[in-house]
Amino acid sequence: MIALIEYGAGNTASVSNALEEIGVDHIISQNEKDISRANKIIFPGVGEASSAVKKLHLLNLFSLLRVIKKPMLGICLGMHILCDRSEEGNVACLGVINGEAKKFDATKVKVPHMGWNNVKIIKESKLFNNIDDKSYFYFAHSYYLPKNDSTIATTEHNLEFCAALEKDNFYGVQFHPEKSGETGLQLLKNFVELC
Amino acid sequence: MLSKRIIPCLDVKDGRVVKGTNFVNLRDAGSAVELAERYYREGADELVFLDITASSDKRKILIELVKDVAKVIQIPFTVGGGITELSDIDMLLKAGADKVSLNTSIVKNPQLINDASKQFGSQAVVAAIDVKKIDDAYKVFIKGGREETELEGYAWCREVDERGAGEILLTSMDKDGTKSGYDLEFLSKLTKMISIPVIASGGAGTKEHFLDAFKNAHVDACLAASLFHYKELEISDLKKYLKENGVEIRLY
Repeated sequence: MIALIEYGAGNTASVSNALEEIGVDHIISQNEKDISRANKIIFPGVGEASSAVKKLHLLNLFSLLRVIKKPMLGICLGMHILCDRSEEGNVACLGVINGEAKKFDATKVKVPHMGWNNVKIIKESKLFNNIDDKSYFYFAHSYYLPKNDSTIATTEHNLEFCAALEKDNFYGVQFHPEKSGETGLQLLKNFVELC
Repeated sequence: MLSKRIIPCLDVKDGRVVKGTNFVNLRDAGSAVELAERYYREGADELVFLDITASSDKRKILIELVKDVAKVIQIPFTVGGGITELSDIDMLLKAGADKVSLNTSIVKNPQLINDASKQFGSQAVVAAIDVKKIDDAYKVFIKGGREETELEGYAWCREVDERGAGEILLTSMDKDGTKSGYDLEFLSKLTKMISIPVIASGGAGTKEHFLDAFKNAHVDACLAASLFHYKELEISDLKKYLKENGVEIRLY
């Protein structure tokens, strides 16, 4: 069973629909017990970093997610939450990935980075099984994670940033696989079946 | 490279797609859910639903529609039409919409842009702005184009950007339904002026109109309705044409 973390601001409905489309059993929950019992966890992300972190503390999920050993996929804001910090609301995050989410420079590039962009695979990962290099995925974000040691794929928007990462049981994607058509469904399938 | 987006727009009344000229003379163009699925399959990058249902059940009908649409498409979609409260936005996003488009409500209460972008993120907030040229000035209209406001087009666009909107959906009322091309004059000046993405709306009639808007007005996305509904232009043909002409486009 996959648990989708519902923390108020997320777009759990979209991720849930995508999982149904590929026939994957899942629950939507914010309950500590449900989440620790699940085989895999998806942290869907839409919203603002500091409010999301606050919510995780309130729900008693913050410490659990830091030490959990099950495969966990953070989407968009969910990926930022895996890192040390986010500039968005200047907040300390889970700290399982080294790095800090930063804001795009609006004097150099359109912010938010909104739409379909190519994803360049730079390190082999099960997450991108059966997905072509430079495939298009849908992005919608104003903050980005600089390329780091855990980065497995990158995208360019004025600068090259982290589009996907993997470290131990933690996976993260900046784009929205649940909104990226068939390619996105393939990535979710890979996480569910292979990771 | 970030690709340019092609966005079919569905004006919806009681779950059916309707389309008129210059905001009037509505005619039926099919079921919203079926049309949404067709556009998804044909390679649309995103969809916009503008609800013009007038009944007292409006909110309930819209939420049901959003849920049904979200089940059949895996691309982002925006919902607009009569949204005035943060709680409405919350319900629509939870039902599966990715963004809401706000028009009349943000003119009446501009703070709604700040509040919504703070609570849901800028990427979820689309400022829909209808402009019409009157005596050499662009004026902002509300209530589906029925009511003129005191606001000047460029100034209002700049304000919604500063308040935290994630995108501007700019409809030229002069061009809407005419199939004579997008309002390049307004759009090209606008894209130089603001830092958020701009979606061009109103006036698309041919493939060349899309190319002009991307190449000469530097918009980020182009929206069209009847052109796609009645299959005067196939999305896949349009995208192929744009790609061949040097526009960054996602081919499906």
